[in-house]
Amino acid sequence: MAAVHEHDVAHAHDDHHPSGISRWICATNHKDIGTMYLWFAFTMFLTGGVMALTIRAELFQPGIQIVNPEFFNQLTTMHGLIMVFGAIMPAFVGFANWQVPMMIGAPDMAFARMNNWSFWLLPPAAMLLVGSFFVPGGAPAGGWTIYPPLSVQMGMGMDMAIFALHIMGASSIMGSINIITTILNMRAPGMTLMKMPLFVWTWLITAYLLVLVMPVLAGAVTMLLTDRNFGTNFFNAAGGGDPVMFQHIFWFFGHPEVYIMILPAFGIVSEIIPTFARKPLFGYSSMVYATASIAILSCIVWAHHMFTAGMPVTGQLFFMYATMLIAVPTGVKVFNWTATMWRGSMTFETPMLFAIGFIFLFTLGGFSGVICAIVPIDIQVQDTYYVIAHFHYVLVSGALFSIFGGIYYWLPKWTGHMYDESLGKLHFWLSFFFFNLAFFVQHFLGLAGMPRRIPDYALQFADFNMISTIGAFGFGLSQLLFLYVVLKCIRGGAKAPAKPWEGAKTLEWTLPSPAPYHSFETPPVFKG
Amino acid sequence: MSSKASTVAWGVMWGLAAGLYAGLALAAADPYQLNFPEPKSVIARDIYDQHTMLLWICLVIFIGVFGTMFYSMLKHRKSQGYKAANFHHSTTVEIIWTIIPFVILMGMAYPATKTIIAMKDTSNPDITIKTTGYQWKWGYDYITGEGEGISFMSALATPRGQIDNSQPKGENYLLEVDNRLVVPVGKKVRILLTANDVIHAWWVPALGAKQDAIPGYVRDTWFTADSPGTYRGQCAELCGKEHGFMPIVVEAVEPAKYTQWVAEQKKKTAVAAVDTNKVFSADELKAEGEKVYTANCVACHQANGKGTPPAFPPLEGSKIANGPKADHINIVVNGKTGTAMAPFKHLSDVQIAAVVTYERNSWGNKAGDVVQPSEINEFRK
Repeated sequence: MAAVHEHDVAHAHDDHHPSGISRWICATNHKDIGTMYLWFAFTMFLTGGVMALTIRAELFQPGIQIVNPEFFNQLTTMHGLIMVFGAIMPAFVGFANWQVPMMIGAPDMAFARMNNWSFWLLPPAAMLLVGSFFVPGGAPAGGWTIYPPLSVQMGMGMDMAIFALHIMGASSIMGSINIITTILNMRAPGMTLMKMPLFVWTWLITAYLLVLVMPVLAGAVTMLLTDRNFGTNFFNAAGGGDPVMFQHIFWFFGHPEVYIMILPAFGIVSEIIPTFARKPLFGYSSMVYATASIAILSCIVWAHHMFTAGMPVTGQLFFMYATMLIAVPTGVKVFNWTATMWRGSMTFETPMLFAIGFIFLFTLGGFSGVICAIVPIDIQVQDTYYVIAHFHYVLVSGALFSIFGGIYYWLPKWTGHMYDESLGKLHFWLSFFFFNLAFFVQHFLGLAGMPRRIPDYALQFADFNMISTIGAFGFGLSQLLFLYVVLKCIRGGAKAPAKPWEGAKTLEWTLPSPAPYHSFETPPVFKG
Repeated sequence: MSSKASTVAWGVMWGLAAGLYAGLALAAADPYQLNFPEPKSVIARDIYDQHTMLLWICLVIFIGVFGTMFYSMLKHRKSQGYKAANFHHSTTVEIIWTIIPFVILMGMAYPATKTIIAMKDTSNPDITIKTTGYQWKWGYDYITGEGEGISFMSALATPRGQIDNSQPKGENYLLEVDNRLVVPVGKKVRILLTANDVIHAWWVPALGAKQDAIPGYVRDTWFTADSPGTYRGQCAELCGKEHGFMPIVVEAVEPAKYTQWVAEQKKKTAVAAVDTNKVFSADELKAEGEKVYTANCVACHQANGKGTPPAFPPLEGSKIANGPKADHINIVVNGKTGTAMAPFKHLSDVQIAAVVTYERNSWGNKAGDVVQPSEINEFRK
């Protein structure tokens, strides 16, 4: 052991690192791992996107034209699973890897090798998930919520998806432990918790949520696995089990999961807005408390996904009131962002456009969220296109827009080059326009009575579906422009200064662009 | 509120809503319908009004927040030479904008609470109908009240040709069934829900009723239809490949007409009982069996008998369809627990005899025997 230890020490401050393929396979550097997370997420985003477009193509007109109903259900299920577990979550972990050490003045993540392992679990999980399309019976087709007994009817594709969820859960838990440890132990001297950048705060809280709920999901899917293969009856009423119990356990994971996908987005937006308003974030401490309140409330509202499953009056009332309460801290955040912009000196580069687009559209998703929280109204809109519109407003124009904003914001730091500003702006406006074209009309479809997860629909829904499909294709194709802008920025472009944004205040902007391999070898002096 | 005052209030609400939503009051099948369908029960109307109220509240908040933000974006920009202020918190303001939303939320929660309590009150119904979700149709059993004893299945009536685009689509494409759920207007109808295989959800938007149907459990909901009419809905919980193809059609009729309908149903049941003792020829049974098969079995086992394994096994060359009659009759009548195979005991003796005969003599199956309705009748005992 001693010899190994000496060897490690000897190389500790060496700046050379493996090159070629082993740079990636044996990666222990937070930037390399962050990059892999982001490319993995983008690949899955395109994969899930192609599925979404196939779904929208089938729904272009009434009647069955392109895919049969079984395959349609496989597509909706896999689109959900891939976007949630393959695209949005890994993208945020990619951001955490790149940014947390740089923003707290650390050289790297706390557990470099575990970091490698938590990333490299993802590709096999993705292969299991996508590979399920090619086994007898096809991919799981019971919706991303995999409710039994329907999910018990599926072929072995379901078992593959369950294993994929196990592996991705393990990856998330390890990633979270790493993030928590890094944040709690490796901050620059003088950076107290209440002086941390808000992005770091939101990730700290998100990581705790992940550690709390991913094991719950693992438990639920394990019971499903044994129900399917080993004759247990956890969720089989005929054997004394309870199918509704699965829904309770799933949503005990599933609702905090929603906030796992949005809290880091709040963090990114809270970095971008003050930078481009050239004014400090309004209400920093209330932002931190609001984030924490949202996280805590998110753990006691799960059954609002189950208002039609049959619950006593008191249950419905409790979950309705608790859900409505979330609007308070969320409102505080929106007001604080607005107050940050108020009397600032604003410029509107691409990151700022995405951040404002985020606030605007996320708030619309928040309004429809409050409407969904009201039990009587939820009874009408539950499992309709209204809900589809609601959660795409918070996940696409919410989480995804913040990811785009964050990428444009930090690309100069990551690559050392400025991205093409006019193409970036074009990407924003195309995304903004087509996103609304695709999803706004879905509110009307839901209110008028179109259920979700159907491959064909009544004639009265035809026009809005056609508009929605056009919007979806426009949105999907716009993302190829994003790929082009990013590739162009990696390959070259104007040299980025250490601090390309006039109003930026956080520590990463004190490093040169591109940032050195071991971000801060000696802790910086933090004057917060 | 007196009924006259409430009529006026509705009028005002409608006027406001129509101002917000052009085309609201058009027919239900309006392709540009922007809102809920016209409510036809007390609960549906409460839902409609609360939704309208919430939209107004959201609109006011929207104008407040984004009015401020867009003003700021226009005026407080660097290109206009605006110099940034440096304030970064104000406890007073922050407390105010925590408390105000809280108060607004309480205003929203109050009417919602009243409606929830009303929705959940399924006591003292005039008629109780047990509704069972099957993959992929609905079974209705009138268990108490006028019409007690009536029992039938209700499945999609839209021809396959319209779905696969070989025929033009009809007016109520995907929203029409062979047997409608008939109820009297003005009577409280309690729907008891359960399911046979997977979770389904019974939903009729105009009546404001949606409730999951869960295998092994009984849930309930209720409605009282205001006026005669045909109200259409769909299954709202993903239940497999034909999830989009199991609509619900409720026909609300005047009480006198309902009594007439009940009498007709009772007569039909009596006629079916007589047929049980008749002996049919193999060809008659096969012809009838094909019809029954197309209506009940084809979604899973396919017209060519090849099924869609693994969930839905083929009948072509199957052990059961080529083995002893009794096993075959048993699986059709009782289904197979733990699988997607539902019991079909609700079919008449003639229908079961016909479909079993058809299955045993089609797609190269060589059992070659004929099953008579009397055998089914015997089996049921």
